[in-house]
Amino acid sequence: MGVTPAQKVEAGDSTSLVTQVSPNWITTRLDFLVNWARSNSLWPMPFGTACCAIEFMATAASRFDLARFGMERMGYSPRQADVLICAGRLPFKLAPVIRRIYDQMPQPKWVISMGACASTGGIFDTYAMTQGIDTVVPVDVYVPGCPPRPEGLLYGILLLHKKIRGETMADEAVRQEPTLDPGSLMLPPEHVDELSEPFGNSVHQTRSA
Amino acid sequence: MNPSVEALRREFGDKIGRAVESCGDTFVYVERESAREVLAWLKDTSGQEYNYLIDVTAVEYRDPELPLEVVYLLFSLERKVQLCVKIALPKSEELLVDSVVPLWQGANWLEREVYDMFGITFRDHPDLRRILMWETYSEGHPLRKDFPLRGRLSRSEQVRRALHANPEAHYSMDELSIAEAFNDLPEDMRERLSRGERDAIPGLRGETENG
Repeated sequence: MGVTPAQKVEAGDSTSLVTQVSPNWITTRLDFLVNWARSNSLWPMPFGTACCAIEFMATAASRFDLARFGMERMGYSPRQADVLICAGRLPFKLAPVIRRIYDQMPQPKWVISMGACASTGGIFDTYAMTQGIDTVVPVDVYVPGCPPRPEGLLYGILLLHKKIRGETMADEAVRQEPTLDPGSLMLPPEHVDELSEPFGNSVHQTRSA
Repeated sequence: MNPSVEALRREFGDKIGRAVESCGDTFVYVERESAREVLAWLKDTSGQEYNYLIDVTAVEYRDPELPLEVVYLLFSLERKVQLCVKIALPKSEELLVDSVVPLWQGANWLEREVYDMFGITFRDHPDLRRILMWETYSEGHPLRKDFPLRGRLSRSEQVRRALHANPEAHYSMDELSIAEAFNDLPEDMRERLSRGERDAIPGLRGETENG
């Protein structure tokens, strides 16, 4: 927004300067401060598609209370959100939607894949379902469970806090985003094919056989 | 047995096939050619008044010799009676039945779903497109028994095609209540919406709908 090329170059220079001098006392203290602020005011963007969203609502409600972690402000606009929580399975029809939502979120941003279906496709090893949202967007924390209990999601959020506290501005790769055109995969195609290698005898999928 | 079956036999004779009663529900088989006539008669005749179409669906049985069946679930709101009308479609013939949208407007999306999932074509349907799968879906009709559970393409190709889809274009303009605002939209958005999703995936032109 209104960034002139000169400012951009300046910003690039300062980052490289930080990279050169880091780690030293000042940059690590600054990292600590920034990470403390970021991890304690994560604004979630709930992407609830299934029963995991019910557990997510329970997590946000008074008994478990996401507000304790500075997360009470649900951002239903991706442009004011920090962490995308995909709660539930992701059908192929929603794959371009979640990709667009992820692209619309400003940096810094993180993704929590909540539940078995979002993480791996779960029981839905079918023609209609992506086998894990990491084929579409990068994921920081996977929360297992079907659906995970609120404690499970809270543990995942605390793991994300831990991850954020370990970040440093000297590592420019942390904030680098994969620039993907709309149709390209997050993972290499052969990797995606491997993800859904058949288990057991389900290689014979023609049910009428 | 629902007394409507006897009334149907008196009215239509041998166009009515066998009738089965199971768990208190009556299922009556009707010939494909006279199905719409029979359904219209059931809807409008006093004493029958099956004025509510609960569902249109289809069945394919495990036994590959058995025909597909299109199922109409009828209900009479006045008489509180339910009747199930079935049409058998042998697999050797074209899967084609008459649409009942002229009788019940609500059959529109139900028949689209049957078309999407089973590949049964409804003659005279006003807008027979896929409804659950996206329009460029080319792997076939998922609820058919010869359809592999994971689809026909590799996972990576499925993800690639899914990501190529344009999420704004799942609706035709007349389905959108904002259709009248179409001309006020920005030029690029108007272009995307009017194109629909039919051309969204490069390299798919010329591929048949049934894969």
